[in-house]
Amino acid sequence: MQGPRIGVFVCRCGLNIERTVDTEAVAERLAEHPGVVHTETYDYMCSDPGQVRIKTAIAEHRLTGVVVAACSPSMHEPTFRRAAEEADLNPYLVEMANIREHCSWVHDDRDEATSKALRIARTMIEKVKGNHPLEAIRIGHVDKCLVIGGGIAGIQAALDVAEAGFQVILVEREATLGGHMAQLSETFPTLDCSQCILTPKMVEASRHPNIDVMTYSEVLEVSGYVGNYSAKIRKNPTYVDPDKCNLCGECEKVCPESAPSEFNRGLTERKAIYIPFQQAIPSSYTLDENTCLGLHPLRCSECAKVCEPEAIDFDMLPEIVDEEVAAIIVATGYEPYPILNLGEYGAGDVPDVIDGLQFERLLSASGPTGGEIRRPSDGRVPKRVVFVQCAGSRDPENHNAYCSKICCMYTAKHALLYRHAVHDGEAVVFYIDVRAGGKGYEEFIQKATEEERIRYLRGKVARIFREGDRVTVWGVDTISGKRVDLEADLVVLATSMNPHPTTETVTKTLKIGCGGEGFLKEAHPKLRPVESLTAGVFVAGAGQGPKDIPEAVAQASGAAAKAIALLAQERLTHSPEVVSIDEEVCGGCGVCVGMCPYSALSLGEAGVAECNEVLCEGCGTCVSACPTGAAQLKNLTDGQIREMVEVALADG
Amino acid sequence: MASENRSFEPRIVAFLCRWCSYAGADLAGVSRMQYPPNVIPMRVNCSGRVDAEMVLAALDKGADGVLIGGCHPGDCHYVSGNYKTRRRVVLLKRALEAAGLDPRRVHLEWISASEGGKFRQTVESYVEMIRALGPSPVAAARTVPVGASDDG
Repeated sequence: MQGPRIGVFVCRCGLNIERTVDTEAVAERLAEHPGVVHTETYDYMCSDPGQVRIKTAIAEHRLTGVVVAACSPSMHEPTFRRAAEEADLNPYLVEMANIREHCSWVHDDRDEATSKALRIARTMIEKVKGNHPLEAIRIGHVDKCLVIGGGIAGIQAALDVAEAGFQVILVEREATLGGHMAQLSETFPTLDCSQCILTPKMVEASRHPNIDVMTYSEVLEVSGYVGNYSAKIRKNPTYVDPDKCNLCGECEKVCPESAPSEFNRGLTERKAIYIPFQQAIPSSYTLDENTCLGLHPLRCSECAKVCEPEAIDFDMLPEIVDEEVAAIIVATGYEPYPILNLGEYGAGDVPDVIDGLQFERLLSASGPTGGEIRRPSDGRVPKRVVFVQCAGSRDPENHNAYCSKICCMYTAKHALLYRHAVHDGEAVVFYIDVRAGGKGYEEFIQKATEEERIRYLRGKVARIFREGDRVTVWGVDTISGKRVDLEADLVVLATSMNPHPTTETVTKTLKIGCGGEGFLKEAHPKLRPVESLTAGVFVAGAGQGPKDIPEAVAQASGAAAKAIALLAQERLTHSPEVVSIDEEVCGGCGVCVGMCPYSALSLGEAGVAECNEVLCEGCGTCVSACPTGAAQLKNLTDGQIREMVEVALADG
Repeated sequence: MASENRSFEPRIVAFLCRWCSYAGADLAGVSRMQYPPNVIPMRVNCSGRVDAEMVLAALDKGADGVLIGGCHPGDCHYVSGNYKTRRRVVLLKRALEAAGLDPRRVHLEWISASEGGKFRQTVESYVEMIRALGPSPVAAARTVPVGASDDG
């Protein structure tokens, strides 16, 4: 058998490497290393002429492997592997020795750095000597995309993917599309009506021939891999046939049972049979079985008796739907910080202490007061409203440590809309800082403070409690250093944005990570903000982190673009650096099967382990657990690592 | 001891997971942080790839210490490889102790891709610690003539 013929290309990277590493000496010494038949140095190996040198050397010296001693493989591994491929050398026979980030940039002493560079390069020469040519695994895929969450981010993502010509399943757990955006009155900084800009998109999504909207539904299980995920979705029974329901509302009139309205955030009640709001999609009533007296003609059935189109069906059952999808976009959204956690602000105890989203309902023309601002306790128009920013945010000792980003803007909007509605009313805002980064945002704050004479007090509120029919607010103005005691008619807490409570379940179902605060985790905070670390699963919207509507929409379109890029490929590629099992050696103990987080390993009929290369991500956790050494990671075997370690430690 | 070891330069190999610790070491480089050159880094996909035999082989081949870098708990790119490493390292330390070696000759540290500073500090303090411990008796037995030194 022909011995290895390795070429080593030492990059000077201008002076980045050369300043502390004597690259000529490195090349000279490496020429003596067993198996090395060619070495050279160059200023910039990654440049076109640099790559030409490598390609020429591959042909001239009939190289069987290449080591480029240069920067981190995260920078240029793909560059050099592609170059080798162009010279007919299998790309997996090319490795990089990182003598810049891990050597020249972190050491001063030229002799020491040169010696370390030699050791690093030798480890990679040994690795390449053990490498085998591999072919990227190519897999077919289905042409559908699953979008989880029917708020503005999910709707936008679904529309974008559908417009590109691919099928979309849009799953929403509530009875209607729309999410929290449907609850808002006007949106900052333009003050356009939230529902007026949202509902056309809801309608578009529901009518789009490529979108299958599944409301009142949940994703139960997801298995498979990029391009070929299988999702099990449960469609919960609404007990009303949306095709028959004509929205006459007779059922609602006769229904004897009620519960706090989710849409109005408990400011009003809704019946057991209800429609969340008039423009709900699907446009149909829903019977909430937890509120209903009983789904049986003997228990009540008043609704069914008056339903002329006979849309009500008490026998409706949950439906389990199996879908095959190539990509998944997760847009699970947010939930305001639970107001009951803010006991120091009288939340839950004082009826006239409400959260920002409740105030949105008071401001909204579709809200319980028809857009007139009336406080919950006695329906009076409040003459002084105190707004408390950072309620639950930026308070690492007691609540969330992070800034919720949108509250400064929505509080200014609330105060401004309040002043528009109640001309003789006084608006006072407690704040820590005003953070108004965004197009037109700072100008909006300026307008609110100056034109609307909103009083901004810099400081934190210590306590809020009820005194007679008023609410007392104790705080500190940190600019004057004085204590501030205020009597208010209504207090609005700008509660922080929390990940929706279902986020954790969804991330566990999909095996994608949550960050420390429970938000969906992106693959890279700067360069891969809409991807999860699981291939083919993308993230969008406020479920990924606090953000406002334009950002959520932009991120949704970004996630959709990523999904489309995947769907548009004829075949998908997967790294071939995966686990292989030596059937001769495997004893069939099955330890590896339990180690694999991807269910890639199984015990086959022959009683030995089998690896599904498409599922294997190449972590190698099974390899270190295998007691016989039968499981090996391709191109990073135990034997290769032993050789690498030996040369890393050898003298000279 | 300290004066004896002044000229002793520890040889350390580091197994760094590709997604967190290797990237953290890259960041230390990009940030031009200076640290001792005693550690030869090796990239593995996951700290879960590091098995006891690899560490023992390194010690056998003359390493004075072995550093393992993984993602923080909960951050593993491969879901749970780092938890498996954590358990393996606990057992491995016991095995080293039983074999008469100082368990500190293997060290596991969580270093994220954004923790260049932590990578530097880890290398600095580990090199210092191994320097204070002295050459590995295994390494000494391989390289030093019998009877010349015994600090095991």
